[in-house]
This record gives sequence, C-alpha cells and structure tokens, in this order.
Amino acid sequence: MISLAAGLSSASAQTPDDTLRATLAGLGEASYPDKEAIVATLSDAGHPSTSDILTAFFEDRLYFRNSDKVVFIVRTAEATDGKFALVDVVTRKDAGTATTDELTPIGTNNRLRRLLRTTSARFALANPDSTIRLQAVVDMQRSLDEASVEILKQREASETDAAVKAEIQTALALAALDGTDPPARLRAVEILSGRTKLDIRNRLASLTEKAEDGTYAEADEKVRAAAVAAVAAIDNSLWWYSGVEMLFFGLSLGSILVLVAIGLAITFGVMGVINMAHGELMMLGAYTTYVVQLLMPQHIAISVLVAVPAAFIVAGTAGILLEVTIIRRLYGRPLETLLATFGVSLVLQQLVRTLFTANNRAVSTPAWMSGVLQINEALAITLNRVYILGFSMLVFALLLLVLRRTRLGLDIRAVAQNRAMARAMGIRSKWVDAMTFGLGSGIAGVAGVALSQLTNVGPNLGQSYIIDSFMVVVFGGVGNLWGTLIGGLSMGVVNKLLEPFAGAIVAKILVLVGLILFIQRRPRGLFPQTGRAAEGH
Amino acid sequence: MKLKSHFYLALALMAVAAIAAPMHLRAQAGTIKVGVLHSLSGTMAISETTLKDTILMMIEEQNKKGGLLGRKLEAVVVDPASDWPLFAEKASQLLVKDKVAVVFGCWTSVSRKSVLPVFEKNNGLLFYPVQYEGEESSKNVIYTGAAPNQQAIPAVDYLMKEGVKRWVLEGTDYVYPRTTNKILEAYLLSKGVAAADISINYTPFGHSDWQTRVAAIKRFGSAGKKTAVVSTINGDANVPFYKELGNQKVSAEDIPVVAFSVGEEELSGLDAKPLVGHLAAWNYFQSISTPANAAFIKQWKAYIKKPNRTTNDPMEAHYIGFNLWVKAVEKAQSTDVEKVLAALPGLSTPNLTGGTATMLANHHITKPVYIGEVRADGQFNVVFKTPVVPGDAWSDFLPGSKDSEADWVKLKCGNYNTKTKVCSGQNYK
Repeated sequence: MISLAAGLSSASAQTPDDTLRATLAGLGEASYPDKEAIVATLSDAGHPSTSDILTAFFEDRLYFRNSDKVVFIVRTAEATDGKFALVDVVTRKDAGTATTDELTPIGTNNRLRRLLRTTSARFALANPDSTIRLQAVVDMQRSLDEASVEILKQREASETDAAVKAEIQTALALAALDGTDPPARLRAVEILSGRTKLDIRNRLASLTEKAEDGTYAEADEKVRAAAVAAVAAIDNSLWWYSGVEMLFFGLSLGSILVLVAIGLAITFGVMGVINMAHGELMMLGAYTTYVVQLLMPQHIAISVLVAVPAAFIVAGTAGILLEVTIIRRLYGRPLETLLATFGVSLVLQQLVRTLFTANNRAVSTPAWMSGVLQINEALAITLNRVYILGFSMLVFALLLLVLRRTRLGLDIRAVAQNRAMARAMGIRSKWVDAMTFGLGSGIAGVAGVALSQLTNVGPNLGQSYIIDSFMVVVFGGVGNLWGTLIGGLSMGVVNKLLEPFAGAIVAKILVLVGLILFIQRRPRGLFPQTGRAAEGH
Repeated sequence: MKLKSHFYLALALMAVAAIAAPMHLRAQAGTIKVGVLHSLSGTMAISETTLKDTILMMIEEQNKKGGLLGRKLEAVVVDPASDWPLFAEKASQLLVKDKVAVVFGCWTSVSRKSVLPVFEKNNGLLFYPVQYEGEESSKNVIYTGAAPNQQAIPAVDYLMKEGVKRWVLEGTDYVYPRTTNKILEAYLLSKGVAAADISINYTPFGHSDWQTRVAAIKRFGSAGKKTAVVSTINGDANVPFYKELGNQKVSAEDIPVVAFSVGEEELSGLDAKPLVGHLAAWNYFQSISTPANAAFIKQWKAYIKKPNRTTNDPMEAHYIGFNLWVKAVEKAQSTDVEKVLAALPGLSTPNLTGGTATMLANHHITKPVYIGEVRADGQFNVVFKTPVVPGDAWSDFLPGSKDSEADWVKLKCGNYNTKTKVCSGQNYK
C-alpha cells in the first residue's frame, strides 16, 4: 500500500517532491515558531508523505544529517548499537543507516506537539481502524479552525461508526457555538446537552457568563436559556459520576492500606510481635521488583508477575531469619522487641543505601497496567489502581484460605490460641512461629511489589507506610483478618470523602482524630477477639 | 545470659552506626579545613549525598592544583542525618571544635534556618547551594542557589507568554512552597490574573495518594482557558504525583506542570516517558552543551565511577560557590571569615552554561534562568532562557518585603528598610 502510493507520487509529479524537500530543508535550524509555520505549510501542501512526516516529528523520529542538513525519518525512536535506520522523507523507502553522532534530533516543544497532534489527526480520519478515527476526532476538538471543521463535515457524511459519528457531531456543535446564526447555535446547544464531558459543560457555562458591561457572552436569549438547562442536566449526571469516582479513589487507597497492613495482621495480630521493620520488608519487596526488571529488561510485561513470588521469597526469608536470630529470643518482651526491630529497620535501610545508593530506583509500569479504563465520557478509572485493588483482594482471599484450609494454617491458629496446649499436641511451636513470621513478612514483600508501581522505590519507602499499617490493624481489631480488610477499606474511603472538602492535610488529621476517639471507646478495634484466646494476649 | 547481653550490645552498636554514620576525618596540621554539612542518611540523603560528593571532588581537584595559599584543603564531613536540630549541633561542632574555614551545606530551608544562629554567633561562613524562598540575607551565608526572581518568576513569565490563563499552585506544606506561592500569587494578581483563576493547594510531606488532587486539577483545567500547574512539591512526593498525572492522562500539551524541585537526579528515579513535555525551571541543565559543562560532566562521572550518574542545578551552585570562595581566599590571602567576606562581593567566576556568576552585595549571585521540557530519556530540552538575572533577597511582590534591601558592602545590613531608613536585622519577621 505504502510503496504503491510512493510510486504513484514520484511518477505523477516531480514538483511537489521538490517543494517538500525544500520546505523540510529549513527545519533543522528553525526556531519553534518557524517550525510551526513549516508544519502548517506541510499540511496545506498535502503531499502523500505528510502524514508519515508529522507522525515521525511527533514521536521524536525526525532527524537531520549534520553534514548536509538533509532531513530523515528514523525507523525506531531508539538507536540500535548506536545506529539509526534512515527512511527517505519523500519516497518513504530505506535510505541506509547513520550513527547517532552524525544525526541531530529536531526538537519539539509542547505547542508544537499540540499542533502536530491536531494536524496529523486530520490525516488519521481516513484510517480504517475506528479507534484511531475516534482518537483523531478527539484530538481535533482541541483546536477547531475552519479547515478542520470542513474536513469533519465531509467525514460526517461517510462515517459509519456510531461512536466516531457522535464525536464528530460534538466537534461540529462546538464549532457552531462560535457561529453567527442563532438557530444553529441553539441546535448545537441541544446536541451538546446530551454529553457528559466536563470541558463541554464549561464551554456551555461560559455562554451564560455576564460581562462587566452587562452583556452576555451569548447574545441570544433562547440559546442562553437552553445553555442554562443543558449545564444543569450535565451537572446532575456529573455529580453522580464524581461520587462514583470518589468512592473508587477511596477503595483504591483502602486497598493499598489493606495490602500493607495484612502482613502485619499476621505478625502483629496473630503472633503479637511488634515488628517495626515491617515497612522495610515491603521495601525489600519493592527492590526485588527493581532487580527482577533489571534481570529481564526485554520482558517488562511479565516482570511484575515474576516479581510477586520472588518478593514473597526474598521478604519471607528475611522475615524467617529475623525471627530465628532476634525475635525468638525476645518473646514476651514487647518493648525490647520494638527496639530491636526498629534497629533492624535502620540496618536494612542503610543496607539498601549501600547496595543501591540513596537514590530512588526507576521501576517501569508494564503497558498492560498503565492507562485508563474509560467507562463513559465522564468516568475514567486508572487501570493500575484496578489491578492493585483486585490484587489486594486476591492476596486477602489466599491468606484466608491458607489460614483456614491448610495444615500450616491450623498449626498457626492452634499456637496463637494456646501455645502450651498446641505443644502438648505435638505441634513444633518454634517452627510454626518461624513459618508464621515468614508468611507475614512474605506478604509484606508482595505489598512492596504493588507499591513499586505507585510510589518511590527508595530506602524510605517502608517508613512512609509503617504508621498506616499499624493504624489499620489496631482499628480493625488485633488478630482479625476481616477487621483489617474492613478497617483498611473504610479508612481509605473516609479519607477520600473528606479530602475534596477539607484538603489532604486536614483530611488526614480528621481521620487520625476519629481513630483516637474510636479507640478510646472501643480499645479492641472494630472486631475484637473474644473468648479465651483474647484473654491470653 | 552473658551471651544475650553481648547480643544487645551488638544490636545497639548496629543501631548507633546506622543513625550516626560517623565519617569524621582526623585533622592534620597545616591544612585548610572545609566543612561539609550534608545529610548522608535519612530522607534528604537522596539529594544531599550528591552534593557532598561534589564538594569532595572539587577539593580533590584543588589539591591536585597545589591546594590553596600553599596549603592543602582537607574536608571535614559530618552527617546531620536529615534531622533539623542535629544540623545546628553539627554546624556548631564544625565551627567550634574543628574550626573549619568555610562550610558547604544544607538543602532544605528549615535546615538552613536551624544553622543560621550558629553561623551568626560563631561568625562562620556557609555556602548554601539550593533554590529557596528568599526573604533572608545573612552576613554569614552566601546563597548560590536561585532566589524566587531567578526561578519562579521567570517560569511564570514563560508560561504567560505561552498563553496560560489559569494557575494551580501545588505545593508541599512547608516554608519554601508557602512563601514562593505567596510571591507568585501576588505577582499573578499584579499581572491581571483573576483570583478565581488561581488555585492554591498544599499536601503533606511524602504525600503518595494523588488521585483526588490530579482529578481536581483536571477539573480546574477544563474551564476552557489554558491551565498550568506550578509545582513546589518537594522530594519523594513528586514520583507518585507524576505517575498519577501519567495514569490519568494529563498531558503536558493540555496542562503543563512546571516544577522547581524536579531535576535530572529526581527523573533518574522514575520512568520519564509519560512525563515528556512537563517543565522545570532551573539555572542549569545537564543537557546544555558548553565546553565547561562537558568537562564538568566528564570529571563527575570519572570521580563517582558511575557512567549513568547525572549532574544537576545545586551541583552547579556548589561548583560556583567553591570557585568563588577559592578566588576570595586568594584575593584576601587569608581564610579569615571577615577578610573572605570582604573580598567576595564583586568577584566573578564562569558558570557551567557559558556565562558568568558574579557575587552581589546582598550575598546572592547572578544566574541565567532556563526553562526545560522533560525528554523521554530523563534529560531536559531547553525551550527558553534569560540573560543573567541578579538574585533579589527581598521579593518586590510581597507587601512586607518590597521596601527591604540587603547590602553587605555599603549598608552592612541584611534587611534595610528604604522607606524608614532602619536596619532591622537580617531575618524576615
């Protein structure tokens, strides 16, 4: 297809090719405003290569050769072995290779990229893939001039995909709002009143604004009345959607709280060990993710999945070592345990500082985890949060399964309830202690994998979550996994409900104050343990 | 029992070692001692360790050239561990016990404020290399980082030129963002921006859940006017902020974020691809190609022995500060603080971007301002630059400080009120 088009163009006309080369020749040394002018010239000339050139320009794949200032497209944005594969701008055929030293990239800035995006969108309107067409129309809506309106009008007639067609109508209606014909403006408002996009709502609201001299932005009274009604209708549905969004934000924050607290629910909740190094075990998990990505740079997509068991093993082993060498010797002495594990946390932090330096490490997010889930025009949910929410629930379910349905789980519960009796029944309590601590620590490591996708992977990662995780466990009720789940989720939701009104700082303070009051009234948390096991603690 | 107590001892020692990380070098006679007061552990270690290494590299270089006044330089490195009171303690140790000739140090404004009384009481000399909120000029401090008029104001000017009409001032809740935003708000209002088009918001240190804030920024930015975010978000909170921007598809083409605390070093800790086009305002970028910069980068990579380490703005500030101090000592033929302070104003030294840094009477220096857009490789593409701007200690846009002037040459005062003709000390009240 491409070679055919190229062949046609070179056969039919010599002059457009020369014009194209002449236009591009100045690109290497042009200032940003000059580059914008060149892009406009290119798009007006409409050479068959224009779309490819603009796309390459947008993707930073347009270079000029230092020796003769000739502009080339390079095939990939990253050089392989210090060399770029060149593509001729006119014929779009391979034009050999060049080293990175021989080429200079033609830089873009935000304005230029915006222009490139809207300009190349015009060419994408004819793309057979309807999702690309949809994106093209959305891009064109950013800046609508006469030329693009004309193109959209032509496209509307031949467009078959309903979603694309609706989007084109939105774009045309937005353009019609600036028109001089009141009935056309009224029709435009009617079309737009069915949309739930925030920028459309604000565009309509701007019609009803009153200037200082008493005139309205929209002169026609009927149009203005329609705009007021439309804004009210959009606001109504947006209010509902923003509520859903807020709830999701809360659940997402809550799921992270659950994830960081759930390991602690085992070590602190079930075993009663105050482990101040819990955060650093999460940090180990996050660094494991980093190391796994270093080891398999070609497979970032599955690196996170590999990192989950790897982090479980690394953090779990560290936890078992910690239990055997230190915590075991301090059972029944909570203050000493607290101090010793605090010391361990400092040692672990300095250890990663020595191994990885104090700088944060870059952990990449796999493509399948990034992006948004567009539910409708008004509601979009970030994908990585959805995955982490699901992951958190999965970890919780698995842990519950291990505790309820396996031999290890039975042993853990037996030792937690009555150590002496369990030993009398032939359970190796020391071994169970080590395994329990290892399980809790391993889950902390798994939480670290999730955190590596959200926050800094650095020596201080653990410190920023340790307080939160203790809070969740205490709030939920020590020794109760369900308490941790409900506690974490509800703390997340309450925090996010308060944040828009109170601000992030005050919201956090309010949650803490609320927690203090709650613990005052119910010292054993949401779901206190009852019976003999509770007395033993 | 005995075994156990040994075990405790070992544990205690381990903890002490981790907290204090003593790197104190023994003094030698006949050397000039240079104090280095940067956190090597704790939350600020990420930024400050690099600056310690920069000064050590400069000292090594100077000693290769034969030292200073015929004497070798000797670094005295202490670790204030990101703990503000400890900064004052360690500063006092450097000045009183080690009797260092000069100190290079501090990063956060709160650490500088904490050592200020110590330096003034003991008449020490501190070179402070980080961009800060201004409203201060001490006799004993040389500010080699940017004052607000050398970073924040030009950045806002650039965005206004790009057509930005609505502003989100997003900051971490402490003194630098609060003061900078106060100045910026006054500046924007003076430029005719409506109060309704400015949104100011603060989040706690280390804020990691940015969902609500980014959604709010999107909402604020959908009003049909070009919107930009001016970020004074500090330290570790930046990575989750930028990740959330990327996740919620806030593109720099629609809502650019200009940051005053994000540089090459911070970007090396995250995947820069979703951030392409977001802006930073500094007085130096690693990507600026000048012979001096190329030589400095080469020297740094050789010294630190890691080819992928980056250079950044505060490093250049230390480079300038160190060279200014060396020149002043050579001019004064003494390391005595009074004589060096008298020699400093008016001295010039080349900066790394092809210009000259001149020491001013108000203890600030002249700096060019660069606006850079983030590239996919974590470096910056310079899209705008100014000629050198003289640092202004007292902002002209705050009602409390616009009549103030700092001049340590003629007026001998850090806060001289030009209206009442009174010198009211050196600190902002």
